[in-house]
Amino acid sequence: MADRFGMLLDVGNIARMIRRARGWNSFRMGAFFFLQVFGAAALSFSSQAPSQTAPASPVAQSAVPLTPPQTAPPAVPRAGLNIVVLDPAHGGTDPGARGTGGIRESEIVLDFAAQVRRALEAQGFQVLQTRQGNENPSFDDRSAIANAQSGAVFVTLHIASTGLSGTARVYVNSDLPVTTDVGGLISWDRAQTPFQGLSRKLGDQVQALLAQRFKGSPSTAQTAAVRQLRTTAAPAIAVEISSVVVENRTDLDRMAPGVADAIATGVAAFRPSYVVPTTGSTP
Amino acid sequence: MTARWIRWVVGVLCVAVLVGAIYFPILRRRLQLAAKLQQQTAEQARRELTQAVPVNPGEPRVKARLFWGSGNSDGLLVDSTVELPLLSDPVLRSKQVLNTLLAGPVDAELRTLPPDAVLLAFYLLPNGTAIADFSEALATATPSGIQSEQLAVDSITRTLEANVPGVQRLKILIHGQEVETLAGHLDLTGTFLVNTKGVQVAPAVAAPVPAPASPPNADKPAALGTEKPAPAAAPATKPGSSLGGRALTPEKGPGKLTQPERKR
Repeated sequence: MADRFGMLLDVGNIARMIRRARGWNSFRMGAFFFLQVFGAAALSFSSQAPSQTAPASPVAQSAVPLTPPQTAPPAVPRAGLNIVVLDPAHGGTDPGARGTGGIRESEIVLDFAAQVRRALEAQGFQVLQTRQGNENPSFDDRSAIANAQSGAVFVTLHIASTGLSGTARVYVNSDLPVTTDVGGLISWDRAQTPFQGLSRKLGDQVQALLAQRFKGSPSTAQTAAVRQLRTTAAPAIAVEISSVVVENRTDLDRMAPGVADAIATGVAAFRPSYVVPTTGSTP
Repeated sequence: MTARWIRWVVGVLCVAVLVGAIYFPILRRRLQLAAKLQQQTAEQARRELTQAVPVNPGEPRVKARLFWGSGNSDGLLVDSTVELPLLSDPVLRSKQVLNTLLAGPVDAELRTLPPDAVLLAFYLLPNGTAIADFSEALATATPSGIQSEQLAVDSITRTLEANVPGVQRLKILIHGQEVETLAGHLDLTGTFLVNTKGVQVAPAVAAPVPAPASPPNADKPAALGTEKPAPAAAPATKPGSSLGGRALTPEKGPGKLTQPERKR
């Protein structure tokens, strides 16, 4: 920015010199010329700058995740469901829902994820987390970690701002019409489309277990247009716990073992149902 | 100068001081009032402009169904009947019901939308897709969470469904821009299904579409610069929705600024 500002100052000095030497018309022509030259230089500078730091495109991400908190092993084609990608939502500059008592969704879901991870590993699953610290990967970066795996499910963890305290809800993505292009490919931003049936099955399994543990929770999975799920090419669910409005954080922490057990047991029960959809499956 | 002139000059000066003493407080009040008017934000000014829906007092009052929260923290909506002089024009009618929805119910606990949110613009495309442009407060003041964001959007779509028959889908913009999520969770890049009546269901795999009478992009907002036509599809709703079995359905939006990458 300082360089660009300096460039503008230079343009001003040169313009004044021309104005003194050749009059107003010459000044206008000279200014136009220099603004064209330096403007183009400034534009090329600004267009190059973000590309040095911006994350790679989603497709590139799926091949080589930028900085996954946990080293994602190469996608080894193995039959059946073996991997669970856990996504503690938000993080970094995005705290998510915030309670009046200073409770932050981004911090609590990270603690929940640790317990869910242990429960899943006890069931024999390999667990990958989209973040392990206070980072905030993009929606696409998070999905890309799951999309690079074969035989994986995706679980994103959230704490709500609303809802009956002590309840938990599972969401699956709203129905997306299956549309493909001429080559039979499904666009990246609708990667969830062929997995909706499996996501519903997984969601219902986990929700039924949550309803047993947390009174007041619905008995079946809910439907919502959850952004994170849309780009995930795997059976994907969002688990949302109510809520950050609790007076004491321990009220939420007490729910963690039950949530972890319900997710792990639900995913294990879903295991025999898992089949890779033929339409739009990742090659 | 005679004593008589001195008296005249002193008299005139006294009168001038008197007039000044009366006029200056008035002038100060006027300046304060002008300063107060200048403090009015652009948002407030826009609110005054955008809410000016012409209402004919002679228009018959009809019962409008507005959807607010149930108040039980269960993520459900309850409809309330409010008598409004609803206009027949679908755009003006939509503005009327949405402004009433934004104004909120008597019980503030039942609100689904933030009190500061304002409907900036509302358009209805010939294919039944409505575009509602809300102020930034809708995104910044809606409680973050899947349930709360879903409730906010659903209160809008269900209110439109109940009162404006011509609206089939809804695209939500924030301050004229397409945003990725409402408050961190709910996807706003697509359109939400409002009314299934008259909406054609797309086949499982897109079939060749007959050439439309209008250009493919004619039904989209020019500001979005779209590449793909929105698929006219109404997926079947699934049971178990928090909205009483009525699912909100994001379809391919009227337009995204960039073409997404394709998976290979």
